Amino acid sequence: MQPIPIVGVLALQGDYESHARALEQVNAQPKMVRTAAELEQVDGLIIPGGESTTFLKLLEREGLFAPLEKFARTRPTFGTCAGCILLAKRVTHPEQESLGVLDATVERNAYGRQIDSQIVTGETSLPGGPLEMVFIRAPRLTELGSGVEVLATRDHYPVLVRQNNILAATFHPELSHAGSVTERDSPDDLGLNPDRRVHQYFAQMVFDASQQVKNSGSSTEPRRVQILAAERE
Amino acid sequence: MANHQNNGNANPETSHGLRLKVGLAEMLKGGVIMDVINAEQAEIAEKAGAVAVMALERVPAQIRAEGGVARMASPAIIKEIMATVSIPVMAKCRIGHFAEAQVLQELGVDFIDESEVLTPADELHHVNKHAFKTPFVCGARDLGEALRRIAEGAAMIRTKGEAGTGDVVHAVKHLRQIVKDMRHLTVMSEEELFAAAKDHRAPYELIRMVANAGKLPVPNFSAGGIATPADAALVRQLGAEAVFVGSGIFMSDSTHLASIEEATSRARAIVRATTFFDDPKVLAETSAECTGAMKGLAVAGMDAASMMQTRGW
Repeated sequence: MQPIPIVGVLALQGDYESHARALEQVNAQPKMVRTAAELEQVDGLIIPGGESTTFLKLLEREGLFAPLEKFARTRPTFGTCAGCILLAKRVTHPEQESLGVLDATVERNAYGRQIDSQIVTGETSLPGGPLEMVFIRAPRLTELGSGVEVLATRDHYPVLVRQNNILAATFHPELSHAGSVTERDSPDDLGLNPDRRVHQYFAQMVFDASQQVKNSGSSTEPRRVQILAAERE
Repeated sequence: MANHQNNGNANPETSHGLRLKVGLAEMLKGGVIMDVINAEQAEIAEKAGAVAVMALERVPAQIRAEGGVARMASPAIIKEIMATVSIPVMAKCRIGHFAEAQVLQELGVDFIDESEVLTPADELHHVNKHAFKTPFVCGARDLGEALRRIAEGAAMIRTKGEAGTGDVVHAVKHLRQIVKDMRHLTVMSEEELFAAAKDHRAPYELIRMVANAGKLPVPNFSAGGIATPADAALVRQLGAEAVFVGSGIFMSDSTHLASIEEATSRARAIVRATTFFDDPKVLAETSAECTGAMKGLAVAGMDAASMMQTRGW
């Protein structure tokens, strides 16, 4: 049996638990990351939604900014909403520091305040047709470098992009559902059908990268192999 | 003609609406929401790492000390705060005062706290929160109260604690009560759940949802008397998913503001303690970094009439 790659979720603040749940649903193994030591134990990392200013303060104070920058330069890293802001080279409205690993400009709160938050269905090149996308006080990618591939759009703006080892979404794929929901649903996703295509895509990126490392033989680090329980709950 | 079924002046809520409201609450998890009375404090809060600020005219400790009718903050202050910080801005309306809530929604605040800290405007009814596009947070002392608020449309629950005291004892009491009530539901039989709905004075559907999930269907935060990094860590370890800090950061006692340096150090320390709530090593460091805590008021010595937590029905 193949070892299952460990996907870290940056757990300083934000909806890291939703991401961990989403990863379990695609049979990846999540691990919460709050320190540089924990970052070294993962094969890929998700930077979740939350407040990007809060992330930045905590990253700086914990001495985690430089290790994270180094990680994101070569390892599979996926940022959603606030995470996408952290990955982009240039941040506007207001300008702020970032890891600068995604060749893009991102405008914070570009669609407005909470009252302007929206759930829309948009086009994606991921298999399976249009994707439901939850935008909450969302940023907008206003410029992309030529090496950045667009995987989904909303009103012709890119909302899901990939550049080599970097994946970034301005929406919250951890909250996406499949199909239309006609009745008032439970506030906690109970009984709804989550759409996990984006997490599946990222888990594949992490898996492919870990295979490459293994095949090139450059990895001398011992890697803990844990078998995912088939039925977690 | 206006009617109470739809007094939020917005489209009736769709399932999307509820998911977006709870979605924002999800993004605030693991963070600290700080009470502020002006743009300067809001800036200090944002720089310290707050995930949101709560705009108020007076913090609970001042309301308690000064008395009088406590109302929604002035729109001018709220607008100034919204223009100053990039993080979400919340504001409080009085219990049942849906017109204040309409004003807050119109101003574009990101979350409305229908709060017992302000003087209640209705002795029977809370705001019909489904009628608004802006999400609401409400206080609760036990599971029944939490579920009644969720039935009315609240997208986030927080413990009430006893605001403005700097005494965490009732935040702990309420959190433990809610957690205990939920745990009991998870082992009940189908018949017992019907009886539990009656006992908790809460809708059966929500009781059943909690029995299945073992947790509230919306995020569960803590508020009311949290004043130190260790207080924040305590409520987080007891199950709170994020914390509200009111008077504890900017006040040195009920009437005097703390210095900017002191407020900054407290705010930063509480943010750090909220993230690393289960790491005693970090808690020891962050408690040492933090200078002073508000003098506070022991809840055990207060008479029932001066309690804010009994407001709300």
